[in-house]
Amino acid sequence: MNQEHTLTDAVAADFPTLDRQDEHQLLPQLVAHLRQHRTKLRQEWATRIHDAHLLDAMTPQEMSTETTSVYDNYVEVLETGSVEALQHYARDLSERIIPRGVETHEVVGIVLLLRDVLARSLFEKYQRDFSLLNRVLDAYEPAANRIANTVAVSFVDERERVIRQQQDAIKELSTPVLPVRERLLILPIIGVLDSERAKQLTEQLLTGIRTHRAKVVVIDITGAPDVDETVANHLVQTVDASRLMGASVIITGLSPEIAQTLVTIGVDLSKMNTIGDLQGGLEEAERLLGYTVARRDGSGG
Amino acid sequence: MATGPALVSILRQGPYLIASIHTALDDSQLIRFQKDLIDQIGRYRSRGVIIDVAALDVLDSFGSRTLRNIAEMARLRGALTVIVGIQPDVAFAMVSLGMGTGSVHAALDLEEGLEYLDSRLPAKDVGRAVSAPG
Repeated sequence: MNQEHTLTDAVAADFPTLDRQDEHQLLPQLVAHLRQHRTKLRQEWATRIHDAHLLDAMTPQEMSTETTSVYDNYVEVLETGSVEALQHYARDLSERIIPRGVETHEVVGIVLLLRDVLARSLFEKYQRDFSLLNRVLDAYEPAANRIANTVAVSFVDERERVIRQQQDAIKELSTPVLPVRERLLILPIIGVLDSERAKQLTEQLLTGIRTHRAKVVVIDITGAPDVDETVANHLVQTVDASRLMGASVIITGLSPEIAQTLVTIGVDLSKMNTIGDLQGGLEEAERLLGYTVARRDGSGG
Repeated sequence: MATGPALVSILRQGPYLIASIHTALDDSQLIRFQKDLIDQIGRYRSRGVIIDVAALDVLDSFGSRTLRNIAEMARLRGALTVIVGIQPDVAFAMVSLGMGTGSVHAALDLEEGLEYLDSRLPAKDVGRAVSAPG
């Protein structure tokens, strides 16, 4: 196979006029050229990746393996015109490198570098015959663009899939409504509250109030790093809605930052019952419900 | 003024009136309900009013305003009002639209409402038996 291509290659080099009669021979010829100079071109590509400081997260050994596979896949797509195998490979590659912090620009960058390296080698080969070079590039460019496109899209797809998966996981874990005593619920909020989560939280809380016949709810936001105006207003609405269902809400764990933000942006929290930490909130809730908790040895608590 | 069968039953329970709204009311039906209820507070010398809206899956701005008005009128006639049975969806829709029950107390259900009134009213009004002096 290689032998045959090399032969065609040699013939083509000797008689460039032959190619003009046979347009569809151009691509196979080109592929043969790229296969023939595989080691040299790959080396050149690897050097340029290194110079551009792309894929720094990978070891030289991994780089060598990956660049070889990418190169072979690249040439194969040029040959067959089918991006399916490449798509598969790109997705697989993305799956391996995304967790290691490889960015989109790096992946697109290395593919564009390879495209550049190969185009340069074609320039070098066909520079004697400008019109032939033109036609070679006509054949090469669309295929190369399609490859770059496929790799970038596969990478982004994979990344989005990971993000979606994580979002689903967060959604599932996010808002447990926990009964701690009869008629007392706690609702710990962990992680960023966006409006989608805030809505879900309200729904679960209101349903929880009805199911558990809760009279007091403690919402603990110690685990929420940030609260913006929309979310703060949503919290106020949640408190109001809970009151309409006959439950009073105690908010605990407002961090100094959040307290400052809320006052600065002017959210009206006058109707909110807030207490420093979850412990204090539970004590207040127990007081409202008429519970008294005492240690057996009577030393307080 | 709407006529025909009442869409709200107003029951007397000791010192309290329990008004159950069975179906969505239009504006004139609400006004009629308001008038009936305020009348009966005086007639039965009620000290507390419970308005049960559990059957409603929507409560518009006129409805919630009327409920607030009823509570205020009842207060002037000497009765404390509590609204019970607001559904979760209704509760959230109300606060999203900026409506609420104002200063009127809301409770989860009828039982809770009764408990609230019992706790807020002086025992002599709630107690059924009046002990004779001496």
